Parts: sequence; structure tokens; C-alpha cells
Amino acid sequence: MSLQSTVAAAEKKMAKPKKETSLFKKLIRNRLAAIGLAVTLFMSIIAVFAPWIATHPPNEMDVVSSLKIPGTDGHLLGTDNYGRDLFSRLVYGARISLIVGVSAVVFGAFFGTFLGLVSGYFGGKLDSIIMRTMDGLFAFPFILLAITLMTVLGQGLVNVIIAIGVANIPGFARIVRGQVLSVKEEEFIEVTRSLGATDGRILFQHVLPNCLAPLIVYGTMSIAGAIISEAALSFLGLGVQPPTASWGSILKDGKDFLVLSPHMATFSGLAILITVLGINLFGDGLRDALDPKMKI
Amino acid sequence: MGTYIIRRTFDLLPTIFVVAVIVFIITRLIPGDPAAVMLGPQASVEDIEALRENLGLNDPLYIQFLQYMGNLATGDFGTSLTYNQPIVNLIMDRFPNTLILAVSALIIAFMVGVPAGIISASKQNSLLDYSVMLVSLIGVSMPIFWLGVMLVLYFSVNLGWFPATGMGTLDDGLIPFIKHLILPSITLATIPMATFARITRSSMLEVISQDYIKTARSKGLNEFWVICKHAFKNALTPLLTVLGMQISMMLGGAVLTETIFSWPGMGRLIVDAIDKRDFVVVQGTVLFIAVIFVVVNLLVDIMYKVVNPRVNYTTSKGGTK
Repeated sequence: MSLQSTVAAAEKKMAKPKKETSLFKKLIRNRLAAIGLAVTLFMSIIAVFAPWIATHPPNEMDVVSSLKIPGTDGHLLGTDNYGRDLFSRLVYGARISLIVGVSAVVFGAFFGTFLGLVSGYFGGKLDSIIMRTMDGLFAFPFILLAITLMTVLGQGLVNVIIAIGVANIPGFARIVRGQVLSVKEEEFIEVTRSLGATDGRILFQHVLPNCLAPLIVYGTMSIAGAIISEAALSFLGLGVQPPTASWGSILKDGKDFLVLSPHMATFSGLAILITVLGINLFGDGLRDALDPKMKI
Repeated sequence: MGTYIIRRTFDLLPTIFVVAVIVFIITRLIPGDPAAVMLGPQASVEDIEALRENLGLNDPLYIQFLQYMGNLATGDFGTSLTYNQPIVNLIMDRFPNTLILAVSALIIAFMVGVPAGIISASKQNSLLDYSVMLVSLIGVSMPIFWLGVMLVLYFSVNLGWFPATGMGTLDDGLIPFIKHLILPSITLATIPMATFARITRSSMLEVISQDYIKTARSKGLNEFWVICKHAFKNALTPLLTVLGMQISMMLGGAVLTETIFSWPGMGRLIVDAIDKRDFVVVQGTVLFIAVIFVVVNLLVDIMYKVVNPRVNYTTSKGGTK
């Protein structure tokens, strides 16, 4: 290795952390994004450490203590209609929300990105077929598509992830295809192709990395949408199987006992709102930091 | 313009075909025997077999598909077993109610969201601007099914101002009709309202910084006219772009809103059909809503062209514009 290339490699190595720091700094300097990041981290910690944070087993029933108001008998947020500790159920509900939110988006991003890459890069009939199918999927209101799929798949955590994940595919496919159409016209792609690189190598090593910024921003925002969708499905009785605690199912029960115990509906909805707001704030900040001109 | 409309209308046909295929595939994915699922565990083998025959489930899949497409082409969405009525009749009964709800929500969203965005942009970085942006950010993050429940709790249960559920008819008088409409409309309007405010603000800020606005101001034009006449007209285009998307979200949101307020619309029909495992109704109504959405998007595209005649009709290879 020549001295010049060694110096260049060393410079590159030194320059890299600086760039990463600047993205983080940009995020932290944006006060709202910092609040969003803090809320997201806080909710994630609650979800991961749920067994240590919850004060009671989430599904333990005590009919004698049903519908207790917040602060009674060691129940911080009161109890539900089966006497289950509401605080503990909300803490475990955070797990379901974040698992579904992240997994459904990863599912949608995986298939959507692949379809968008192939469609945009190869063009022609394949592009037409893929994008027509995506247009067809896009014609269904997001939640309605998820509801229809849940009707077919039946209740359960994995099915919720699949239903919301499938509903997410067209969004990712469109974003990635749009990026690919502009990236594939760049000179460096032409150069790589003339050097004999295969389509697969060009797609995954050169085109995909250039699509990551909008993908990350869209993915972050989609997590918020997926969390609301999971709660909506559970609210309609189509989400995870009872007695598993989910914010949506707690809200559904709370609606039935609105007059007697408004705290059930109030706290479960607040948990959804705060989490989604936090992720949206973080997503907004991420967009501003990565590419302020991004139209997402 | 006429050519544009005709070409865009023809362009819809493949999308509607794909939508119909997707609905067919989804409903054929039902695990096990759909007839057995629909009739429940108490059903006899004869009943299940009769329903299979009735639904055409004994035919090969391609025959089922051709029959399904043929029926759709003649406007036959099938017959509901639980309601014992053609799906088209059920849809025609319920759709006007959803339309009333969606249109009133859209009016609220426009009347509040757009002026909020304009005021916010014209007072950039003021306390008012920050407040509007904070409220709109909360609005886009709002689980509307929770908001609906909270509105019922405060305005119906606690204050008794509005009815908690149901829909009034004009026969009962205008006031009861509006009273029934207010809470569901506000619930459904929340997300579009917040989105309109955000989009209006950002596009107004972009327009306000342009030279022709500075020129208009330097000529001594009234600020109100500069904002409303010169700036807003050009800031309208991005608003139209999100309109179609918002209407789609509202059709989805109607499912939740109608469930909370027992509003007798399409959303409520779908949820009831799911409860009763009447998949034919689910299939027909979901397909109808998807087609409505496609048509609404066509209308939005045409409006887009009217507002901004420079928009050209160009078809990319992938078919998306």
C-alpha cells in the first residue's frame, strides 16, 4: 500500500465518526426531535423491561377489585373490569405496540424495498405489473386493508404483523422505486456497469444505499402508523388474542365502562398518543437532519 | 382538457381490475372452508354443502373468478346471507350516511386546517405559529378512536350537549340532525385538519418567500390580499396532492368513527359483517370503498389540472404518475 493511499484511508476513517456525530448533533439540536427521541427511548425501555416495571402480573384477575380508581390498593392507575392492574397491563401493552410497530414496518420495508428496487431498476413490463399491483393495494384505505386481511387470517400477534406489514408494502415500494429511477441515471452507476458489475451487485451495493435516507425517514413515520393500526385492530376486536394486554383492547374494554371507569379509556389512549407523537417528532427531526427537502 | 379526462378515466380501468383481483384473492385465502366459517360450528353438513354450492365454492377457481368478474361487470356484488339482501342494496342504504359524515368532516378539516396553516405561515416563528404547529402535530398523531371515546365522555356523558350514538334524520329537524353529526365529524376531521394545516403552512412559506409576493407587498397591496389572493392560490396545489390521500384515510377512519358512534354507514356495515362472519358483505363493501377511492383520486387529479394547467399527462413506464 502506498503512503498516499494509507493517508487517504486514515483520513476517511477519521472523517467517518465526524459525519455520524453531526447527524446526531443535528437531531439533538432540534429540540422537538430530541423530545421525540427521548419519548421513543422511554417507551422502548418500558417495553423491554416490562417484567421489572410492572407491579402486578398483567393477566391476573381479581374480580373483587374490579374497576378501582387510580391510586387505590396499590394500583397506580386503578384496575380494569376483571380487576387486573391497569398500570401493569399498559406496561405490557407497550411491548405489543412496539413489537407490532417495528416488525410490521420491517416486513413491509423488506418486501416493499425489494419490489421497488426491481421495479424501478428493470422497468418495462415487470415494472408495470408490480406498480399496477401496488396501485391496486394503495386503493384500499390502509386500515381497511389491514381489517380485511385480519378477517381472513384471524386474531393473533403474528397475523397482526402480517396484516399491517402487507398494508405497508405499497408505500415502501413507491418510495424506493422513485429513488431508484433517479439514482440509476447517475454517472457512477453507468461507470459501475461498464466495469462489469452484475445487476444484483449494482442494485444492492450501489442503488440501495442511495435510497436509505428516505427509507429510514418513511420507516420511522410508518412505525407510528403501525402502532395506531394495531391499536385500531385490537379496538375492533381483531387484534391480539385476549387476555394479552394491548393498548387497543384496553381502550375497547374502557369504552364499555366509560361512565363507571373513564380511567381505562383515558390512560390507554394517552399511552398510544404519547408514543405516536414521540415517534412522529423523532421522524420529523430525522427528515430535517437527513434531507430537509424530502417530501415525506 | 377533455382528452386528459378521458385518458385518465381509461387509465383507471386496470387499477380497478387489480383491486377486484386483490379482493378475490384475499377472500379465497380464508383458511378452511369459508362456508363452514360463515355458518358457524352448529351448522349441519347439508347446510354447509348447500352454502358452498350457493357461493360457487365447488367450482374450479378459474370458474369462480370468471363468475365473480362477470357479476361485478353487471353490478352484482353478491347477496348477503345475514341480511338476506343484495349487497348493492345494503351499500346504497348505508353509503349516503358515510358520505354525509365524510363530507362534513372534510368541510370542518378545510375550514379549520387551511386558515390555521395560513395564519401560522403569515406569523412565522411567533407563539401562534408554534401553537398551531404543536396542535397539528398532536392532531396527526391522534388515535381517532380514542378521541371519539373522549368526546363522548366529555360532551355526551358529562355535559350532555350531544347524543353519544346514532344518526339523526332531517325528519327529526335540522338541530337534532346536526347535533348527531358534530362529534363524529370532529373525530373524523382531526387528522385531515392537522394535515391541511401543516401542508398549507409549508407551501405558504415557500410561496411567501418568492419575488412576486415581495413585489406585491412593495406595491403597497393590503397584506390580507397578498396572502389570500396572490400567495394562497399558488399554495393550493400541494394541498390538492394530499386531498386524495386524506379522503382515503377518511374512508378508513369512517370504519372506526362509525363503530364508536353507532353511525349506520359503510364502516359500521363492514364491522357488523365481520362480527357475523358475512364475508360476502365484507368483500363487496371493501371493493366498493376501494373503487370510490380510485374515482375520488381521478377527480382530485382533474382538479389538480384545473388549478395548475401546466401539469402534463405523462405516463411513466411503471404506470404511476
